[in-house]
Amino acid sequence: MTGEASTPLLKVENLLVAFGRAKAVDGISFDVAPGEMLGLVGESGCGKSTTALALMRLLRDAEIGGTAHLNGVELLGLDEAAMRARRGADVAMIFQDPGTALHPMIRVGDQIVEALTAHLNISRREARKRAIDLLRKVGIAAPEERFSVYPHEMSGGMCQRVVIAMAMACAPRLLLADEPTTALDVTVQAQILELLQGLVREEGMGVILITHDLGVVAGMTDRVAVMYAGAIVEMAATEELFATPLHPYTHGLLRSIPQLDSGWDEPVPTIPGSVQGAELQTGCRFAPRCAKASDACRTPPALREIGENHFVSCWNTP
Amino acid sequence: MARFLINRLLQSAVLLFGVSIVGFALMHLAPGGPLAIYTLNPTVTAQDIERIKVLFGLDQPVYVQYFKWAGGLVSGNWGYSFFGGQQVREIVLDRLPATFLLMGTSLALALVIGVAIGTLAAVRRNSVFDYATAIGAMIALSLPTFWFGLLAIFFFAQTLGWFPAGGMVSIGDGSLLDRLHHLVLPVVVLALVLVAQWSRYTRSSMIDILDQDFVRTARAKGISPSRVLVNHGLRAALVPLVALAGLQLPLLVGGALVTETVFSWPGMGLLFISVLSTRDYPVLMAILMVGAVVVVLGNLLADIVVALVDPRVKLHDE
Ligand SMILES: Nc1ncnc2c1ncn2[C@@H]1O[C@H](COP(=O)(O)OP(=O)(O)OP(=O)(O)O)[C@@H](O)[C@H]1O
Ligand SMILES: [Mg+2]
Repeated sequence: MTGEASTPLLKVENLLVAFGRAKAVDGISFDVAPGEMLGLVGESGCGKSTTALALMRLLRDAEIGGTAHLNGVELLGLDEAAMRARRGADVAMIFQDPGTALHPMIRVGDQIVEALTAHLNISRREARKRAIDLLRKVGIAAPEERFSVYPHEMSGGMCQRVVIAMAMACAPRLLLADEPTTALDVTVQAQILELLQGLVREEGMGVILITHDLGVVAGMTDRVAVMYAGAIVEMAATEELFATPLHPYTHGLLRSIPQLDSGWDEPVPTIPGSVQGAELQTGCRFAPRCAKASDACRTPPALREIGENHFVSCWNTP
Repeated sequence: MARFLINRLLQSAVLLFGVSIVGFALMHLAPGGPLAIYTLNPTVTAQDIERIKVLFGLDQPVYVQYFKWAGGLVSGNWGYSFFGGQQVREIVLDRLPATFLLMGTSLALALVIGVAIGTLAAVRRNSVFDYATAIGAMIALSLPTFWFGLLAIFFFAQTLGWFPAGGMVSIGDGSLLDRLHHLVLPVVVLALVLVAQWSRYTRSSMIDILDQDFVRTARAKGISPSRVLVNHGLRAALVPLVALAGLQLPLLVGGALVTETVFSWPGMGLLFISVLSTRDYPVLMAILMVGAVVVVLGNLLADIVVALVDPRVKLHDE
């Protein structure tokens, strides 16, 4: 899907986010083609949410650098009013915890209506009709009745469907899904992912799917970017990445997926150490936890293209 | 709802019953008892005292006195003043409108200004405005109301002559304008402490809410900042404050008492002070009970309002 000819929907260059002195995202670059689903994986605290929130310009008290072009419009340079016109309309976001993402005192239907009327010049009646259509579209039974329900009267999966309906309301071209299923039951997770995949295909929107579940990545995404301590360490087409992972961190991540055919008593391999303080590292940030670390790792490796559209930042890969 | 109301009204009745017993007991335990003003007066003979005792029913056992008094209170016969023999109910209810006018106006004013200041301080956290209002609130909360009252009279009534120093109307004038003119200083003085409290409570509640996920969701929709603030932020932030308003009522009643005294405002507070010096117990007790009813019903009202605005709160029967 990422042919050379197609201009990217989103082109992020050198994105940098700092909270005070701590750089949560340290100069990452990637792009998303129209209709493409990019997986963004990495362990907790590596800067996945921060990346998405920076693109939405929803971070407060953060210094942001770099550029992010959405259909040629540089999002990070827009003034607040212009950015507000894009939020929800051109780029929308789905949040991790559906239990807290909805306003507890507003009927779910009205929350969707608000997402519609924020950008579309339609009557309240028309907005209500469309909100009910959206509820139906995200698989909520009896949408007319559910329109008037409050979030606490719905299950977590239902709430996440509402959040998805809200994000889809104005048919944005880019969708940022930040761990959309992490807070849900396993059975519900599969349903939500299926729903998401169907909707995205139907609308042809570009998606950044943030997750730390590699199983989800394998089943859904076209391409994967692996993040470690605020940087992208490897990026490749999903199949390629799973077949020939090059970065030691990616290796570790793949090995730590529990295998169905492994015995009960076999421990799941983990990556020793933790990401703590990695951004203070002068050389390669993964070096302290890396089995292959060598002297070369004292200078930070850049992301370089090794195979076709396969990028990795490591000195010790062929 | 009906069951909740009946339950709460029963609870309130029990509470008021308790208040009446405590109040009645205090009146009889006070040195000299209800007739201290006579017994301590050397010109009143022992025979006179006996006569007065029989007249007011004070020769009967205390519990009989209590039930007679309490029964009368409920059935509308509040007894007669020890001095002048006027109907207590008339004396007290005559003063009620003036007090309600003062308290109601102050409360309304304080809510509007306090919430506005608190919201702005929360949005502009750590700004000059935030610090200035924090200091102002601290001063208002740490200095006594009567002192503010005297200060206001000194500056705005005596020195500048902008407002009358006391009373509710000028003699020979009863126009609306004249009444409003008299209302200004007492209302401002009484509202001052309430504004200070409300601005602080609103600020902290608002800061809590603005950090919530659902506010971020609202911003992600691309709606205007004022809509995010009022429709999403304030709506949620004010719920706990409504209950607080109920709890604040005793403070308001106490403040009204002081303010009325300072400004010779002819309300229940001023009446209370004057009958306190003459120990006109039937009137004192009636004022106490009216005050208690206002506080109890105010709290009930606050609970009902919370249940009406917050769908998560169910009016259940404990
Ligand atoms: N508002 C903030 N102020 C200061 N530091 C922050 C803030 N938000 C995030 N961070 C820091 O930025 C880093 C990246 O956080 P982020 O939430 O993006 O991680 P994540 O990859 O989404 O992790 P998770 O899987 O737990 O969601 C973390 O070290 C976090 O402590
Ligand atoms: Mg996250």
